[in-house]
Amino acid sequence: MKALLVAEYRQGKLLESSYELLAFAARLNAEIAMFVVGEESQAPTFGGKVYLAEASTYGEYNPALHKRLILEAVRQESPDAIVFLHSAYGWDLAPRLAVALKAAQVSEISAVTPEGFEVPLCNAKLRRLVKPRTSPVVLTIQAGTFSYAGEGGGTPKVIRLALPETISSLQSLGYEIAEKKEVDLSKAAVIVSAGRGVGKKENVEVVASLARALGGELGATRPVVDSGWVDHSRQVGSSGQTVSPKLYVACGISGAIQHIAGMKKSEFVVAINKDKDAPIGEVADVLVVADLLQLIPALLARLGK
Amino acid sequence: MKILVCIKQVPDMESRFVPNSNATWYEERDLAFRVNEYDEYAIEQAVRVKEGLGGAADITVLSIGPARVVEAIKKGLAMGADRGVHIRHDEPSRLDAWQIASIIAAFAKDKSFDLIFTGLQSQDRGSAQVGPAVAEMLGYACVTTVVAFELDGTQLTLRREMEGGLCQVVRVGLPAVITCQLGLNTPRYPTLPNIMKARQKELLTFAASDSLPPEALSVTEKVYLPEKKGRGLVLEGEVNELAEKLIAILKEKTAVLR
Repeated sequence: MKALLVAEYRQGKLLESSYELLAFAARLNAEIAMFVVGEESQAPTFGGKVYLAEASTYGEYNPALHKRLILEAVRQESPDAIVFLHSAYGWDLAPRLAVALKAAQVSEISAVTPEGFEVPLCNAKLRRLVKPRTSPVVLTIQAGTFSYAGEGGGTPKVIRLALPETISSLQSLGYEIAEKKEVDLSKAAVIVSAGRGVGKKENVEVVASLARALGGELGATRPVVDSGWVDHSRQVGSSGQTVSPKLYVACGISGAIQHIAGMKKSEFVVAINKDKDAPIGEVADVLVVADLLQLIPALLARLGK
Repeated sequence: MKILVCIKQVPDMESRFVPNSNATWYEERDLAFRVNEYDEYAIEQAVRVKEGLGGAADITVLSIGPARVVEAIKKGLAMGADRGVHIRHDEPSRLDAWQIASIIAAFAKDKSFDLIFTGLQSQDRGSAQVGPAVAEMLGYACVTTVVAFELDGTQLTLRREMEGGLCQVVRVGLPAVITCQLGLNTPRYPTLPNIMKARQKELLTFAASDSLPPEALSVTEKVYLPEKKGRGLVLEGEVNELAEKLIAILKEKTAVLR
């Protein structure tokens, strides 16, 4: 079993999350080679082959060119699996490569079993076991699930890749911060967050009052922010802030992976949800099965607020 | 300007899901189906492009699935698409993303669409494969995870969302496939007159079998409920008692309440 791991490089740096690919490959007992469009000084610390193309030539994001470079690495390496992170870079590039190779693709793998790859279904309320029927296969792995302990290291053996020409219809104009963070939730000791289960904008105040009573900050999930109920600067999750408070109270939050990625390092998690089976229960120390609009006023009365 | 919007009908994600009797998919009975949220952004963006061109665009909205998906197509028509295409397949859950993309590409290949919109991912499977796969099959440019869209002649300027609150700005020419992310726009509610008008619009039906690759490249072995591992305490009961218990736990386990 040979795996080609596609590392990520952004704003002049190798992304740390690239090492999660190594943790995943260890589960497969695979012989590993890595691939990155980046620069040699930022090559992964990994004592094996690293196929490297220069980001200064091929761009940090240019899927058409990056796909061709990966195909060249695939030609030289003949891997059984080509592995990406399930990220804005990986989910964009992986299907192009899968089609080019007519390879099966399995997305957002959360576990490896003898019968196949486990992936989430319906917001992680269910799991699906998928078996690819081709070789090679293209895989994307769930972010933050395969944690890299940091062992290994070493000096990579760099193999340089180049294309005969670099014509591309896509032009990258650079990066922008989505919105500036006016509230730094990463320092908060207590965060009380609102999810879609709050129902409507007016009910956010109920959640905010609990945050105040506990001396904490109000947080929110992506759908609540996008509905305009709470400012973006309070968004917790993979497209917002990553937090690690002493207490995190998730109100009406079902527990989408993107949200959990931003709060799972909290020391103590309380979830208030009407659905006993909501996936948030998997990361909660206490799941209170209740309507937040009834429970929060009862809490406030006892907190003397 | 010819535009194709590819949509999927999915269950309301707030539902309770259980595996079906042979554990090959979720039980669909009792579920309320609706247009995949990300695909609503796709429909809305297509309609905005048409409005921006003073109506000089033709929008086809396509969905693959059983008879029920016609409801989703009708919503697209009521939001402003011109024509519906229903590609019939009784069990689309048995198809893999490669087969779905192959059906769409076979439909689109001789129709010279300038723009193809779809959602970043479906809310049920969430694999995010179909959009870029269709682009690859058609030889179109593709930009995924788009949160801002601007069309100037035949040039697109797009913002694609990345992790950690970062966006990337890219420019690309037509034809292109765009996959739409939450935050791109606020989909309109179809008005009653537009719902009435949608009934008069063209709805074409094809059988998926006409263009379906016979073998999937990957198969769903089984569907199951997640193991409840490391699950914490679950409190149920009367609200006032719950509040008492929770406060006692917070006092004991956290330094937050004293």
